[in-house]
Amino acid sequence: MNAVNFKNAIITSIVFVILASFMMGVQLVPDGTGLAITFADPVRIEALAIALAVLFVFQLFRSPITSSWQTFRNALPLPEQGLTEALQAQGEKHPRLKQLTIAFVLAGLIIWPFYASRGSVDLATLALIYVMLGLGLNIVVGLAGLLDLGYVGFYAVGAYSYALLNQYLGLDFWSCLLISGLIAAFFGFILGFPVLRLRGDYLAIVTLGFGEIIRILLLNWTSITGGPNGISQIPKPTLFGLEFSRRAKEEGNIPFHEFFGIDYSSGYKVIFLYLLALVLVIVTLWVINRLLRMPIGRAWEALREDDIACQSLGMNKTAIKLSAFTIGAAFAGFAGTFFAARQGFISPESFTFIESAIILAIVVLGGMGSQMGVVLAAIIMTVLPELAREFNEYRMLMFGLLMVFMMIWRPAGLIPMKRPHIALKDNDEQSSSASRKPAQAA
Amino acid sequence: MLSIENVSAHYGKIQALDNISVEVQQGEIVTLIGANGAGKSTLLMTLCGDPHPSTGNIVFEGQDITDWETPEIMRSGIAIVPEGRRVFSRLTVEENLDMGGFFETNEYKAEMLEHVLQLFPRLRERFDQRSGTMSGGEQQMLAIGRAMMSRPKLLLLDEPSLGLAPIIIQQIFDIIEKLRDDGMTVFLVEQNANQALKLADRGYVLENGRIVMADTGANLLVNDDVRKAYLGA
Repeated sequence: MNAVNFKNAIITSIVFVILASFMMGVQLVPDGTGLAITFADPVRIEALAIALAVLFVFQLFRSPITSSWQTFRNALPLPEQGLTEALQAQGEKHPRLKQLTIAFVLAGLIIWPFYASRGSVDLATLALIYVMLGLGLNIVVGLAGLLDLGYVGFYAVGAYSYALLNQYLGLDFWSCLLISGLIAAFFGFILGFPVLRLRGDYLAIVTLGFGEIIRILLLNWTSITGGPNGISQIPKPTLFGLEFSRRAKEEGNIPFHEFFGIDYSSGYKVIFLYLLALVLVIVTLWVINRLLRMPIGRAWEALREDDIACQSLGMNKTAIKLSAFTIGAAFAGFAGTFFAARQGFISPESFTFIESAIILAIVVLGGMGSQMGVVLAAIIMTVLPELAREFNEYRMLMFGLLMVFMMIWRPAGLIPMKRPHIALKDNDEQSSSASRKPAQAA
Repeated sequence: MLSIENVSAHYGKIQALDNISVEVQQGEIVTLIGANGAGKSTLLMTLCGDPHPSTGNIVFEGQDITDWETPEIMRSGIAIVPEGRRVFSRLTVEENLDMGGFFETNEYKAEMLEHVLQLFPRLRERFDQRSGTMSGGEQQMLAIGRAMMSRPKLLLLDEPSLGLAPIIIQQIFDIIEKLRDDGMTVFLVEQNANQALKLADRGYVLENGRIVMADTGANLLVNDDVRKAYLGA
């Protein structure tokens, strides 16, 4: 390999000069009614000259530079497989260690809000809502392989179910949590029917339409939903009937702080909401984990892999698809109810297509089908925009960049999916792969 | 065991099968040969209930399954190895086989797994490997093994030789013969007429959606018309 490459460097420089001189070297200035061409000011010419020099030198010594960068990268002490895989491998080797880690993380998550600022606890609550949404969509997209672009529709159904049931029937948060989940699941079921025969792009378009229909319906059905004004004064959740406001809103209720005889602080409410979201997320994680280990979870994956083979094995494609849509939608319903309760105010504005896109981005970013990946991605997708508030206008640009980098470096997502191993034989605690194989035939 | 009686099938307005009658007896290998587009795969699809026959009856073990839905048919003791293998490529061999026995009890699955692994020792070597990373021949073995997991009485094979090297095709056909010797009934759809007819007890020749010939495998193998059309003689 040539150490210096004159030909390449000269060609690059010529191309640069041609492009730069036309694009940046000359300017059009208004001259009376017409336009006149003038040369750019000397500062810019200087900058272009410096760029030209850098380009020339870089191209000239390109191969030595890239090869030394390669050696530098190889010399880095990071293991090839990356930190997350290493941790996962550790977790599998030592199940006790894994349990202990989970216990510590959980304890940390519970204690943390009492020491953190109100703003960060609030942000964490938002992140947890997205975790729940991501996990729900993960069933449909990541596991069953059905691209759903209208997931926000079910989120909206959940939120509005609580708001309307509370407004018209006076039901409280806890009963609505269940009812809204069921209503959202029902909507998922209803959507499932028309899209049973669709795949891929067509499925995506129909679900996209469904999400928009829900939003537009909420926007225009003014007599019931309040249209663009939304619904306000949605009550916050209570802890066994204890409210977190300064004075009890309902007759006979006691506020939380009076019951325990402590001073009122608005922080309690924020912490309570956070803990509630945490509980909901843990329940979601647990339920989906159970589902994954059940035949239905395996059927979803088989459907994603090959639907014809699935049918050839006697599985009912209709039932599998509908169950994925229904269960996925139910979790969006739970998340929606919690969202409505936390905000206290909802309007169709909160349920635009961009929300669907963000939730889908969370699933793809985290790694399709991977639960831990989705959790991590949801946290990144909610916390990063908050940290980078100054770049607000460039948010979409940054999302795009993030996606491109992900495609290059981690095409399977942050934490690619690792399925729970299906064991056919009773493998009594033996974890080595050799012993898991059925005994060789004698 | 299986009798297809005067079955016609349509894709929309296009007629794909015209008055087809095929009989499969317990414990024999019956093959269906024909050129591309003759309707071989359509016949298998019709057998599996997608599309449903427009006329005629399909009777399996004394039950009329003509109007059954695909999942019911596939759970009634019929298993199919679909064209192009269609293994679950991101799942391991073990998981693929497990999916094959989806509706069986765990005890039965373990027993059947052992049986399949004895039939295909190669699958035992590849037990924890993702099936998509295996060779075509191994994937075909897996597809057959997966179909076997559901304890079928009748095994339908759609072009098991598709895209495989001659030596691997020979292995696959040896296995099919072994299955028959173990008492399995096999309905084999093939383009590779030579191999299929050597193996088969009886054969049918399908042309443009019609059965044009039906005889024993040996007779068809020496039949002049068949030799001209399918064996390149």
